[in-house]
Formats: sequence, C-alpha cells, structure tokens
Amino acid sequence: MRSNNFTVIIPAYNEAGRVSSTIAGIRKSNDADIIVISDGSTDNTSREARGAGADVIEHPFNLGYGATLQSGFKYAMKMGYEYAIQMDADGQHEPSSISALIAPVLNDEVDVVIGSRFLDKGNYKAPFVRRMGMYFFAFITSLITGRKITDPTSGFQALNKKVMEFYASDAYPADYPDADVIIMLHRKGFRFKEVPVVMHNAAKRSMHGGLLKPLYYIFKMLLSIFVTILRKE
Amino acid sequence: MTIQQKIFALAIGVGLFVVIIELVRRRRLAEEYSFLWLLTGGSIIVFVVWYDLLKWLTGLIGSKTPTTTLFIFGFIFMILINLHYSVKITKLAAQVKDLAQKAAINEKDKQ
Repeated sequence: MRSNNFTVIIPAYNEAGRVSSTIAGIRKSNDADIIVISDGSTDNTSREARGAGADVIEHPFNLGYGATLQSGFKYAMKMGYEYAIQMDADGQHEPSSISALIAPVLNDEVDVVIGSRFLDKGNYKAPFVRRMGMYFFAFITSLITGRKITDPTSGFQALNKKVMEFYASDAYPADYPDADVIIMLHRKGFRFKEVPVVMHNAAKRSMHGGLLKPLYYIFKMLLSIFVTILRKE
Repeated sequence: MTIQQKIFALAIGVGLFVVIIELVRRRRLAEEYSFLWLLTGGSIIVFVVWYDLLKWLTGLIGSKTPTTTLFIFGFIFMILINLHYSVKITKLAAQVKDLAQKAAINEKDKQ
C-alpha cells in the first residue's frame, strides 16, 4: 500500500539479524514506505523484513545485486512512486543520511544523488586493495564524466522517476551496477551529484570477497565502461 | 611458424576480439559470457606476438610444432567454453523449473 511519494528500496540476500535493525533505523528518521527485495535468501530475511513493517518481494532464486535493485525500481514504478532511495540491508548505510540524500532530488536540482563516504571525513575504513580499487574506478569515472566523482561504487542513492525508468531498462547491469551506471547516466544526460553520507563498515563479508570475484569485477567493470563509451547514446 | 600462419592466427584472434566487443556493445552478449571468448582471442594474439612463449609452451607440452600447440590450446578453450555453457544450462533448467512451479502454485492460489 502506497502512503508516500517516495520509497526506500532495500536489496537483501541472507540479511536476517540485520535487515530489521536497518528498517528500524529508517523509521527513526522518517516514515517512508520501505520495500525489501529478498534475492533468493535462504534465511529469515523475508519474515524479519515483513515483521518490521516493510513490503517484501521475494526472488525465487538468486539473481544478483543489480537485478534485485531493478525488481525494486519496477515495483516502485508500478506502485506510482515519484522518488526512490536505494540502500543496503547490512547496516552499512546510515539511515539519518536519507534526508540529505533525497533533498536535491525533491527540489528538482538533480535527477540522481549519490551518497559518498569520501566527501566528508567519515569513519569508513576499507581494506587496502578494495580502497585502491575504489580510487581507481573513481579516477576513471571522473576522467570520463569530466567531473569529480569520489565514490562510484556507492549503493546509497536517491533518484527520481525518470532515472527509475532508466534503471528498470535492459541497460541496467544485473550484477554490479557501479561506475558503469554513473557513466551511462552522464551519457544519457541525467543530472547527478554526490553528497556526503555516513557509511559504516559492513558487519559481514563483502560481495567482492575471495580472489576470483574481485578479478572478475575489475574485468567486467572495465569492459562495461569500455562498451558504454562505444555506444552512441 | 610461417608468416602466412602468423597473419592467419593474428587475423582470427583480432577478428574474434572485435566481434565479441561489438556483440557486448549491442547488448547481444552479456559481459559475463564474453570472458572466456575474450580470453581465447587474447591468448591467440599473445601467442602469435610473443612467439618465444609459444615455443616454450610447445617444449613444455611436448608437441611437434608451435602451430599444433595453438590448435591444442584452441581446442582446450573450446572444451572449457562448452563446459561453461553446460554448467549455465543446468542452472537455467533448474531455475525455469522453479519458476514454472511457482507460477503454477500462484495460479492455483488465485482460483
């Protein structure tokens, strides 16, 4: 049931024990409608999210982070929401940053706001290799878009309906929507900006853990950025 | 390796690379599935350009000529790509079954 013009979209994969506190954190600062998309979770994520008062969509099996967010955007559009916030379920994104994130979109200043953990001096500490990766992709994204991007891997964003429509299209990556999506936004002519947000270190292992996944991530992201540049858009 | 063999192998490697990038650009092929193909094209180019590596590999696996080594590795890549698709098809078949069952149960719930 829609009771607001904006919704918070939370993709979740096996986040039992964390998703309810994330929802409670959002409830403390605002009364936004909350949609949790469980990406084939095998634990109590869905039940916990429902119990905390969120609308829950369940994927029958794991489809990936990007596809999970996209299910949220498609549902939000179907429900007629004008604006959406996307944030992670693991407690990494600080709910009190939501108002700072959504304000420029509500004021029609920009179409997308990306929450950056690096614009202000926060307490976010990433492992060295991951930090180097973030700097590398921040450099490439800044170079291509011609503006300073500090946190292209941020999954804490606010967006309007136009961007929701774009994110719901086939152009949106099913696995890792990061720097390549910012470059797509730039090439499509969407207005975007970064605002400082607070991010905490996630309690569980990152989705880029292990040895092969980070290598695949770098390959996929570079290829995706390269073909995005080649596309006439 | 004769100059004709080099030119032919290089043309195949570069051609494969360009076709794969173009398919990804047109969104006819997902980045995920392009990995092994790009690796195949890239390896052919590396072996032709870095001929000493190919000769070293020829000695290592005990094949007669570098051209045979290229064919052997081409064949190995084809096996890997086929295996990759077999794994993907198995997963897709299981997912289609799950979806069909869910759709059937949802349909029954609506009645």
